Amino acid sequence: MILSALFFYLFASICVASAFMVIAAKNPVHSVLFLILAFVNAAGLFVLLGAEFLAMILVVVYVGAVAVLFLFVVMMLDVDFAELRQGFLQYLPVGGLVGVIFLAELLLVVGSWAIGPGIPTTITAKIPTDIPNTQALGLVLYTRYVYYFEAAGVVLLVAMIGAIVLTLRHKPNVKRQNTSDQVARTKETAIEIRHVQPGQGL
Amino acid sequence: MDVLLMDYLPLVVFIGVALVLGLALLVAPFIVAYKQPDPEKLSAYECGFNPFDDARMKFDVRFYLVAILFIIFDLEVSFLFPWAIVFGEIGAYGFWSMMVFLAVLTIGFIYEWKKGALEWD
Repeated sequence: MILSALFFYLFASICVASAFMVIAAKNPVHSVLFLILAFVNAAGLFVLLGAEFLAMILVVVYVGAVAVLFLFVVMMLDVDFAELRQGFLQYLPVGGLVGVIFLAELLLVVGSWAIGPGIPTTITAKIPTDIPNTQALGLVLYTRYVYYFEAAGVVLLVAMIGAIVLTLRHKPNVKRQNTSDQVARTKETAIEIRHVQPGQGL
Repeated sequence: MDVLLMDYLPLVVFIGVALVLGLALLVAPFIVAYKQPDPEKLSAYECGFNPFDDARMKFDVRFYLVAILFIIFDLEVSFLFPWAIVFGEIGAYGFWSMMVFLAVLTIGFIYEWKKGALEWD
Protein backbone atom coordinates (compact mmCIF):
# COMPACT_ATOMS: atom_id res chain seq x y z
CA MET A 1 0.00 0.00 0.00
CA ILE A 2 2.88 2.35 0.78
CA LEU A 3 4.31 1.53 -2.64
CA SER A 4 1.13 2.61 -4.41
CA ALA A 5 1.11 5.84 -2.37
CA LEU A 6 4.71 6.40 -3.47
CA PHE A 7 3.74 5.91 -7.11
CA PHE A 8 0.76 8.23 -6.65
CA TYR A 9 2.99 11.05 -5.43
CA LEU A 10 5.49 10.36 -8.23
CA PHE A 11 2.84 10.50 -10.97
CA ALA A 12 0.97 13.43 -9.44
CA SER A 13 4.05 15.59 -8.93
CA ILE A 14 5.40 14.91 -12.45
CA CYS A 15 1.93 15.57 -13.87
CA VAL A 16 1.59 18.94 -12.13
CA ALA A 17 5.15 19.95 -12.94
CA SER A 18 4.83 19.08 -16.63
CA ALA A 19 1.43 20.81 -16.79
CA PHE A 20 3.14 23.91 -15.45
CA MET A 21 5.91 23.56 -18.04
CA VAL A 22 3.27 23.38 -20.81
CA ILE A 23 2.43 27.02 -20.18
CA ALA A 24 5.92 28.09 -19.09
CA ALA A 25 7.97 26.68 -21.98
CA LYS A 26 8.90 29.32 -24.55
CA ASN A 27 9.08 26.92 -27.48
CA PRO A 28 5.58 25.66 -28.45
CA VAL A 29 7.04 22.34 -29.57
CA HIS A 30 8.53 21.81 -26.10
CA SER A 31 5.20 22.57 -24.45
CA VAL A 32 3.53 19.96 -26.65
CA LEU A 33 6.09 17.39 -25.49
CA PHE A 34 5.42 18.35 -21.86
CA LEU A 35 1.72 17.87 -22.58
CA ILE A 36 2.46 14.29 -23.65
CA LEU A 37 4.36 13.75 -20.38
CA ALA A 38 1.38 15.09 -18.42
CA PHE A 39 -0.99 12.72 -20.25
CA VAL A 40 1.21 9.68 -19.63
CA ASN A 41 1.38 10.48 -15.91
CA ALA A 42 -2.40 10.97 -15.79
CA ALA A 43 -2.67 7.49 -17.31
CA GLY A 44 -0.49 6.22 -14.46
CA LEU A 45 -2.89 7.82 -11.96
CA PHE A 46 -5.82 6.08 -13.68
CA VAL A 47 -4.05 2.73 -13.32
CA LEU A 48 -3.60 3.41 -9.60
CA LEU A 49 -7.36 4.03 -9.37
CA GLY A 50 -8.07 0.68 -11.03
CA ALA A 51 -9.40 2.27 -14.23
CA GLU A 52 -7.17 0.32 -16.60
CA PHE A 53 -9.22 0.79 -19.75
CA LEU A 54 -9.30 4.56 -19.34
CA ALA A 55 -5.54 4.58 -18.78
CA MET A 56 -4.82 2.65 -21.97
CA ILE A 57 -7.26 4.77 -23.98
CA LEU A 58 -5.65 7.90 -22.58
CA VAL A 59 -2.27 6.75 -23.86
CA VAL A 60 -3.53 5.57 -27.25
CA VAL A 61 -5.90 8.41 -28.07
CA TYR A 62 -4.27 11.36 -26.38
CA VAL A 63 -0.79 10.62 -27.59
CA GLY A 64 -2.26 10.28 -31.08
CA ALA A 65 -4.30 13.44 -30.60
CA VAL A 66 -1.24 15.27 -29.32
CA ALA A 67 0.59 14.20 -32.46
CA VAL A 68 -2.19 16.00 -34.35
CA LEU A 69 -1.84 18.99 -32.08
CA PHE A 70 1.90 18.96 -32.64
CA LEU A 71 1.28 19.00 -36.36
CA PHE A 72 -1.18 21.82 -35.88
CA VAL A 73 1.36 23.88 -33.94
CA VAL A 74 4.06 23.31 -36.53
CA MET A 75 1.63 24.00 -39.36
CA MET A 76 -0.10 27.10 -38.05
CA LEU A 77 2.73 28.89 -36.29
CA ASP A 78 5.82 29.94 -38.06
CA VAL A 79 8.10 29.06 -35.17
CA ASP A 80 9.90 32.37 -35.32
CA PHE A 81 10.67 33.44 -31.77
CA ALA A 82 11.55 37.06 -32.46
CA GLU A 83 8.16 37.50 -34.08
CA LEU A 84 6.39 35.56 -31.32
CA ARG A 85 7.74 37.86 -28.63
CA GLN A 86 7.04 41.00 -30.63
CA GLY A 87 3.29 40.96 -29.90
CA PHE A 88 3.70 40.36 -26.18
CA LEU A 89 3.23 43.94 -24.96
CA GLN A 90 0.54 44.57 -27.53
CA TYR A 91 -1.62 41.69 -26.31
CA LEU A 92 -0.83 42.18 -22.60
CA PRO A 93 -3.89 44.34 -21.70
CA VAL A 94 -6.41 42.05 -23.42
CA GLY A 95 -4.75 38.90 -22.12
CA GLY A 96 -4.53 40.35 -18.61
CA LEU A 97 -8.22 41.28 -18.69
CA VAL A 98 -9.21 37.77 -19.78
CA GLY A 99 -6.99 36.32 -17.05
CA VAL A 100 -8.49 38.52 -14.33
CA ILE A 101 -12.06 37.68 -15.37
CA PHE A 102 -11.21 33.98 -15.45
CA LEU A 103 -9.59 34.17 -12.01
CA ALA A 104 -12.63 35.96 -10.56
CA GLU A 105 -14.96 33.31 -12.00
CA LEU A 106 -12.80 30.52 -10.62
CA LEU A 107 -12.82 32.14 -7.17
CA LEU A 108 -16.61 32.45 -7.32
CA VAL A 109 -16.97 28.79 -8.27
CA VAL A 110 -14.57 27.56 -5.59
CA GLY A 111 -16.08 29.90 -2.98
CA SER A 112 -19.59 28.55 -3.46
CA TRP A 113 -18.42 24.95 -3.60
CA ALA A 114 -20.00 22.52 -1.16
CA ILE A 115 -19.17 18.84 -0.94
CA GLY A 116 -22.30 16.74 -1.43
CA PRO A 117 -23.40 14.49 1.43
CA GLY A 118 -23.07 11.30 -0.60
CA ILE A 119 -19.53 11.99 -1.84
CA PRO A 120 -17.50 10.59 1.11
CA THR A 121 -19.23 7.21 0.91
CA THR A 122 -18.89 7.13 -2.90
CA ILE A 123 -15.18 7.79 -3.02
CA THR A 124 -14.37 5.41 -0.18
CA ALA A 125 -16.33 2.53 -1.75
CA LYS A 126 -14.09 -0.42 -2.52
CA ILE A 127 -13.14 -0.99 -6.13
CA PRO A 128 -14.58 -4.35 -7.17
CA THR A 129 -11.78 -6.75 -8.02
CA ASP A 130 -13.81 -9.75 -9.17
CA ILE A 131 -14.56 -8.19 -12.58
CA PRO A 132 -12.03 -6.47 -14.86
CA ASN A 133 -12.54 -2.78 -15.50
CA THR A 134 -12.93 -3.15 -19.27
CA GLN A 135 -15.57 -5.85 -18.87
CA ALA A 136 -17.50 -3.77 -16.32
CA LEU A 137 -17.55 -0.87 -18.79
CA GLY A 138 -18.67 -3.09 -21.65
CA LEU A 139 -21.55 -4.56 -19.66
CA VAL A 140 -23.28 -1.19 -19.29
CA LEU A 141 -22.00 0.88 -22.21
CA TYR A 142 -23.73 -0.94 -25.06
CA THR A 143 -27.03 -1.69 -23.36
CA ARG A 144 -27.91 0.66 -20.52
CA TYR A 145 -26.11 3.73 -21.87
CA VAL A 146 -26.84 3.00 -25.53
CA TYR A 147 -28.11 6.53 -26.30
CA TYR A 148 -24.87 8.12 -25.06
CA PHE A 149 -22.94 5.55 -27.06
CA GLU A 150 -24.79 6.33 -30.30
CA ALA A 151 -24.47 10.05 -29.55
CA ALA A 152 -20.69 9.54 -29.36
CA GLY A 153 -20.86 7.97 -32.83
CA VAL A 154 -22.77 10.98 -34.16
CA VAL A 155 -20.26 13.37 -32.57
CA LEU A 156 -17.44 11.50 -34.30
CA LEU A 157 -19.34 11.72 -37.60
CA VAL A 158 -19.78 15.48 -37.17
CA ALA A 159 -16.07 15.87 -36.38
CA MET A 160 -15.15 13.89 -39.50
CA ILE A 161 -17.43 15.89 -41.81
CA GLY A 162 -16.36 19.17 -40.20
CA ALA A 163 -12.67 18.41 -40.71
CA ILE A 164 -13.26 17.50 -44.35
CA VAL A 165 -15.40 20.57 -45.07
CA LEU A 166 -12.96 22.94 -43.39
CA THR A 167 -9.66 21.66 -44.73
CA LEU A 168 -10.23 19.75 -47.95
CA ARG A 169 -9.15 21.79 -50.96
CA HIS A 170 -8.56 20.05 -54.26
CA LYS A 171 -6.04 21.69 -56.53
CA PRO A 172 -7.47 22.42 -59.95
CA ASN A 173 -5.81 20.92 -63.04
CA VAL A 174 -4.59 17.77 -61.33
CA LYS A 175 -4.66 14.71 -63.57
CA ARG A 176 -5.84 11.61 -61.71
CA GLN A 177 -5.73 8.03 -62.82
CA ASN A 178 -9.19 6.86 -63.90
CA THR A 179 -9.10 3.09 -64.04
CA SER A 180 -12.50 2.56 -65.63
CA ASP A 181 -11.66 4.95 -68.47
CA GLN A 182 -8.40 3.10 -69.05
CA VAL A 183 -10.07 -0.31 -69.08
CA ALA A 184 -12.88 0.92 -71.37
CA ARG A 185 -10.44 1.95 -74.10
CA THR A 186 -10.67 -0.18 -77.22
CA LYS A 187 -8.39 -0.48 -80.20
CA GLU A 188 -10.84 1.55 -82.31
CA THR A 189 -10.86 4.55 -79.98
CA ALA A 190 -7.14 4.45 -79.25
CA ILE A 191 -5.56 4.07 -82.69
CA GLU A 192 -6.25 5.96 -85.86
CA ILE A 193 -4.45 5.22 -89.13
CA ARG A 194 -3.83 8.24 -91.35
CA HIS A 195 -2.20 8.19 -94.75
CA VAL A 196 0.24 11.05 -95.06
CA GLN A 197 0.77 12.44 -98.57
CA PRO A 198 4.37 13.21 -99.47
CA GLY A 199 5.20 16.85 -98.96
CA GLN A 200 2.08 17.63 -96.92
CA GLY A 201 1.38 17.61 -93.24
CA LEU A 202 -1.69 16.31 -91.57
CA MET B 1 -6.48 -3.77 -5.56
CA ASP B 2 -2.87 -4.69 -4.88
CA VAL B 3 -3.31 -7.78 -7.03
CA LEU B 4 -4.23 -5.50 -9.91
CA LEU B 5 -1.25 -3.25 -9.30
CA MET B 6 1.09 -6.24 -9.10
CA ASP B 7 0.12 -7.00 -12.71
CA TYR B 8 1.88 -3.76 -13.62
CA LEU B 9 5.17 -4.67 -11.95
CA PRO B 10 6.73 -5.92 -15.23
CA LEU B 11 5.77 -2.59 -16.82
CA VAL B 12 7.52 -0.67 -14.04
CA VAL B 13 10.62 -2.85 -14.44
CA PHE B 14 10.51 -2.32 -18.20
CA ILE B 15 10.24 1.47 -17.88
CA GLY B 16 13.02 1.48 -15.30
CA VAL B 17 15.37 -0.50 -17.55
CA ALA B 18 14.47 1.69 -20.54
CA LEU B 19 15.12 4.84 -18.50
CA VAL B 20 18.49 3.63 -17.23
CA LEU B 21 19.59 2.45 -20.68
CA GLY B 22 18.41 5.61 -22.40
CA LEU B 23 20.07 7.90 -19.88
CA ALA B 24 23.30 5.89 -20.03
CA LEU B 25 23.46 6.18 -23.81
CA LEU B 26 22.64 9.89 -23.58
CA VAL B 27 25.21 10.71 -20.92
CA ALA B 28 28.07 8.43 -21.99
CA PRO B 29 29.00 10.48 -25.12
CA PHE B 30 29.39 13.60 -22.98
CA ILE B 31 31.91 11.80 -20.80
CA VAL B 32 33.91 9.59 -23.16
CA ALA B 33 33.50 11.02 -26.68
CA TYR B 34 36.31 12.94 -28.38
CA LYS B 35 35.17 16.51 -28.96
CA GLN B 36 36.82 19.26 -30.95
CA PRO B 37 34.09 21.53 -32.36
CA ASP B 38 34.65 24.34 -34.82
CA PRO B 39 32.09 26.64 -36.50
CA GLU B 40 32.06 24.66 -39.74
CA LYS B 41 31.30 21.38 -37.96
CA LEU B 42 28.53 22.97 -35.93
CA SER B 43 26.79 24.74 -38.81
CA ALA B 44 23.85 23.18 -40.62
CA TYR B 45 24.90 21.04 -43.54
CA GLU B 46 22.96 21.32 -46.76
CA CYS B 47 24.66 19.52 -49.65
CA GLY B 48 27.85 21.49 -49.48
CA PHE B 49 26.58 25.06 -49.81
CA ASN B 50 25.24 27.43 -47.18
CA PRO B 51 21.61 26.85 -46.13
CA PHE B 52 19.13 28.86 -48.17
CA ASP B 53 16.35 29.09 -45.64
CA ASP B 54 15.11 28.17 -42.20
CA ALA B 55 13.90 24.57 -41.84
CA ARG B 56 10.84 25.68 -39.85
CA MET B 57 8.18 26.40 -42.39
CA LYS B 58 4.43 25.99 -42.55
CA PHE B 59 3.14 22.51 -43.32
CA ASP B 60 0.47 21.59 -45.80
CA VAL B 61 -3.00 21.49 -44.24
CA ARG B 62 -3.59 18.04 -45.75
CA PHE B 63 -1.32 16.45 -43.13
CA TYR B 64 -3.74 17.76 -40.53
CA LEU B 65 -6.73 16.28 -42.36
CA VAL B 66 -5.12 12.84 -42.56
CA ALA B 67 -4.18 12.98 -38.87
CA ILE B 68 -7.64 14.01 -37.67
CA LEU B 69 -9.29 11.29 -39.77
CA PHE B 70 -6.88 8.82 -38.19
CA ILE B 71 -7.85 10.00 -34.68
CA ILE B 72 -11.57 9.56 -35.41
CA PHE B 73 -11.19 5.98 -36.58
CA ASP B 74 -8.79 5.32 -33.71
CA LEU B 75 -11.55 6.34 -31.27
CA GLU B 76 -14.06 4.20 -33.14
CA VAL B 77 -11.82 1.14 -32.80
CA SER B 78 -11.25 1.84 -29.10
CA PHE B 79 -15.01 1.41 -28.54
CA LEU B 80 -14.73 -2.07 -30.02
CA PHE B 81 -12.45 -3.45 -27.28
CA PRO B 82 -14.93 -3.58 -24.35
CA TRP B 83 -17.61 -4.73 -26.78
CA ALA B 84 -15.47 -7.67 -27.90
CA ILE B 85 -14.78 -8.67 -24.28
CA VAL B 86 -18.45 -8.79 -23.24
CA PHE B 87 -19.74 -9.98 -26.62
CA GLY B 88 -21.23 -13.18 -25.22
CA GLU B 89 -23.04 -11.46 -22.35
CA ILE B 90 -24.79 -8.43 -23.81
CA GLY B 91 -26.90 -10.35 -26.32
CA ALA B 92 -28.51 -9.21 -29.55
CA TYR B 93 -29.28 -5.73 -28.22
CA GLY B 94 -25.64 -4.95 -27.55
CA PHE B 95 -24.68 -6.43 -30.92
CA TRP B 96 -27.11 -4.23 -32.85
CA SER B 97 -26.25 -1.09 -30.87
CA MET B 98 -22.64 -1.54 -32.02
CA MET B 99 -23.81 -2.18 -35.58
CA VAL B 100 -25.73 1.13 -35.55
CA PHE B 101 -22.61 2.88 -34.21
CA LEU B 102 -20.47 1.39 -36.95
CA ALA B 103 -23.10 2.25 -39.59
CA VAL B 104 -23.08 5.91 -38.54
CA LEU B 105 -19.32 6.06 -38.94
CA THR B 106 -19.48 4.13 -42.21
CA ILE B 107 -21.65 6.95 -43.56
CA GLY B 108 -18.79 9.31 -42.72
CA PHE B 109 -16.30 6.94 -44.30
CA ILE B 110 -18.28 6.80 -47.56
CA TYR B 111 -18.55 10.59 -47.48
CA GLU B 112 -14.80 11.10 -47.12
CA TRP B 113 -14.06 8.47 -49.78
CA LYS B 114 -16.44 10.09 -52.28
CA LYS B 115 -15.14 13.58 -51.48
CA GLY B 116 -11.62 12.37 -52.25
CA ALA B 117 -10.27 13.16 -48.78
CA LEU B 118 -8.23 9.96 -48.89
CA GLU B 119 -6.40 11.05 -52.04
CA TRP B 120 -3.32 13.21 -51.91
CA ASP B 121 -3.76 14.95 -55.32
